Amino acid sequence: MIETPPAHVVTVTNLIKQFGRFAALRGVSAEFLGGKLYAILGDNGAGKTTLLRTLAGLNRPSSGRISILGSGKFHDICGQVGYMAHPSLLYDEMSGMENLGYFARLYGITSDARCAEVIRAVGLDPELARPVGQYSQGMRQRMSLARALLNDPKILLLDEPFSNVDLNSAGEMVRLLARERDAGKTIFLVTHQASLLEGAADEFVWMEFGRIIGRTRELKRPAIAEESAT
Amino acid sequence: MSAPAGITRVTLLKDLRLEWRSKDASNSMLFFSLLVVVVFSFSFDPSADESRQIAGGLIWVAFLFAAVVALNQTWAREIRNQVLDAYRVSPAPANSLFLAKAVGNFIFVSVLEALMTPLFIAFYRLRSIGPAWQLLVVAVLGTWALVVNGTFFAAMSLRTRSREIMLPLLLFPISLPAILAMVQATTAILNGEGARFWMTLLVTYDLVFTTVCLLLFETVLHAE
Repeated sequence: MIETPPAHVVTVTNLIKQFGRFAALRGVSAEFLGGKLYAILGDNGAGKTTLLRTLAGLNRPSSGRISILGSGKFHDICGQVGYMAHPSLLYDEMSGMENLGYFARLYGITSDARCAEVIRAVGLDPELARPVGQYSQGMRQRMSLARALLNDPKILLLDEPFSNVDLNSAGEMVRLLARERDAGKTIFLVTHQASLLEGAADEFVWMEFGRIIGRTRELKRPAIAEESAT
Repeated sequence: MSAPAGITRVTLLKDLRLEWRSKDASNSMLFFSLLVVVVFSFSFDPSADESRQIAGGLIWVAFLFAAVVALNQTWAREIRNQVLDAYRVSPAPANSLFLAKAVGNFIFVSVLEALMTPLFIAFYRLRSIGPAWQLLVVAVLGTWALVVNGTFFAAMSLRTRSREIMLPLLLFPISLPAILAMVQATTAILNGEGARFWMTLLVTYDLVFTTVCLLLFETVLHAE
């Protein structure tokens, strides 16, 4: 029997994103398989967040092509994507449950049970009536992750989910993400705390100067090709 | 996905809840209008006839400036923590957000008008010679004219560095026909003259600009 090759759920072809005269992405091309956890690493200004925002449909590519779940139009698949940004994307004046209740309705989820389920999954209490503005930074990060998981997305785009999170909580978040990956989700995770993902990430994608300079299975930075640095 | 009307409803309820808790827009609007009424009443001491001539202009200028305060706040809470991005990545239609914001602003400004009108009447000893119910129609049409454009231009100036200056710069010139119609209609009704032309102009203005804003809002929302 001929084995069919695994499908690429995300394909990026010669992606360029310019902000005025500055090119944040300089011809990124890559293919990503489904059901994997990809850690996107690189120094500040390498283009990690821009790549994630472009995949999330928040930045329009200057040129190049993105295909997610077989579609080139983000609007067609946005219900299957979860996005967590560096800021919380939550209303400070509302409780976690109120926030998630609102965002759930945007995805057509009318049951509060799903909101409570994802809040518990990230280790928080759905009964907590305190407004999100009074949460610690770590709690806010976890609530933000809960918001990204709300619509049970096939693709999860996470920008710095562990920043300001204590080690224990970050470890719990990694285990949760590994479970989500095992359940079939494809996860793209931008982080500066790569060591947290050792053993959990399927691949480390290294970026530098707006390009992908290498992809490794181990947490080992590839040597930068001379042309990448110019 | 929820029906667009359902998303408009939950977004409106969310905005009312946020405003109830923060009082960001209502406090500044209320104090601003109160100041205008009091300062103007000390500056002029008009007779009943003179009041009827100038009240239309005074009332609408006060409400216009107060509305700008509310309109700036509308989107300010969406860019705090970049919450607007959560809406942009969701499958919810852009126009549901726009309508919710416009209706929310309409409610805020209408409540302000309801609170301030008795003060205007008392301070300026206003008595309408024409049918007073027509003033209510002018108020509804005029307020919608202000908030529909205001909501749109506030969203447009959202990503500019000096958005609080940009909004009046964009909004006031385009609102001139509506402001003229509101002032003229109010003055005409107070003096017992016909206001049909001005009210027709307001209805036309509302229909045209509501349609244009709904057609263009998706582009504004997804602009970088």
